[in-house]
Amino acid sequence: MRILKNIVVSILILFFLISNSWSKSASEFIISLSAEASNILSGKLSEDEKIVRLKEIGKKSVDIDGVGLYTLGKYRKTLNDSQKEQYKELFENYFLKSFSSRLVGYTDAKIAVLSEEIKNEKYTIVFSKLIGTSERPEVKIDWRVYTKDPENPLIRDLVIEGLSLARTQKEEFNSILANNDGNIEVLFKNLNKFLEN
Amino acid sequence: MNRIITTLLALLLIQFMVVKKVYSEEGEVKDCFEKLNRATFALNMGLDKIIFKPISKGYRKLPSPIRTGTGNALNNLSNLITIPNNILQGDFGSAANNSARLLINTTLGIAGIFDPANSFGFEKREKEDFGQTLGVMGVGEGCYLVLPVLGPTTVRDTIGSLVAMNGGDVWHNITVRDDEEYVREFKESDYWVSRVASGVDFRAKNLEAFDAMEKSSVDLYATVRSLYLQDRKKKINNSSDKTEAMDDGDWDTLENQ
Repeated sequence: MRILKNIVVSILILFFLISNSWSKSASEFIISLSAEASNILSGKLSEDEKIVRLKEIGKKSVDIDGVGLYTLGKYRKTLNDSQKEQYKELFENYFLKSFSSRLVGYTDAKIAVLSEEIKNEKYTIVFSKLIGTSERPEVKIDWRVYTKDPENPLIRDLVIEGLSLARTQKEEFNSILANNDGNIEVLFKNLNKFLEN
Repeated sequence: MNRIITTLLALLLIQFMVVKKVYSEEGEVKDCFEKLNRATFALNMGLDKIIFKPISKGYRKLPSPIRTGTGNALNNLSNLITIPNNILQGDFGSAANNSARLLINTTLGIAGIFDPANSFGFEKREKEDFGQTLGVMGVGEGCYLVLPVLGPTTVRDTIGSLVAMNGGDVWHNITVRDDEEYVREFKESDYWVSRVASGVDFRAKNLEAFDAMEKSSVDLYATVRSLYLQDRKKKINNSSDKTEAMDDGDWDTLENQ
């Protein structure tokens, strides 16, 4: 009986340690990532250099392929393999350009991580805030971190003041597709146009 | 007569909204008048470019205390709509908190320019309106609409605005509707000045965010629609900490493929 009790206690301790290590890695991941981005943004690099560095951060810390597939919504199933490949490449370029151009204007961005919630083995939500300045109010930012591979956590969504960027992107792409009978080529055309500008 | 027409219009809109709720797919955006909405959106973007954005940029150049004071005064005024809606939603704690804030900030805070209520422990809470109250009562949002100048809304939120303009908004009553038996000092122009100032204050606070969104969007109309509808859902659920965006359901469909 005592052996059984010890086994149960050991499993509980092990579970606690594992879940604690997930939570720690997700928070630490966001802390180190935001510190890295903040250093780039406040540094003396030119805007083009900052964009290059921000793209590098985006590439290694965001699950771009996953977000890309998510944003296709119900149209995901309608793509053939070659269209999927083309979309994957276009979306990555679109995402990195959009992500870096949105961020590059924030020269004094400081993120404070507040807490986190481990939802399950796949997702941890990290709650944080962008510290306010005299020009800009404080902004709540929650990060959906994909922790399926605990050694390599990846961001899947940013929820700013309760508004999901991934969902917004999904509804934007779905609007284009819905207005063009689900024709993926029209979305490709729009993405290419965006990349050319 | 005016009230009868408004009531009839509201009933028709509710009926339309209920029908739409039944027939629309769950989770789909109900943009029943998309072509017209897109045209109105283009008009609003033009107006923004030549009127609202330049004014907001000018407003941003005012000293920070003036902008903060203006924002505080407008927030204080919004309590006149928030408090009755707190009560209608059964949130008596917030109603009491906001009433205390209104009383303290209007008097000690000099017409709401300063926020001494915060120091007395009455913290600022979320704004409420009649559209949100209808949402809390279970009324569906209905079709998405874009109104000239006023911007994005839904059928439900339009009904909420009609309720406010027909007796639900004390500030509207004492300015536009001339309910002079209580307060005589205010004119109709005060109401419109406060509405325009609210718009400019909001636009000025979001100048960079909107520019970034415009630059990075492939369909700005759909982006604004999505953000508006998400924001309203969040406000109706009063979910300042956890939002619908935190649900895994949407993401699980990706996992399972």
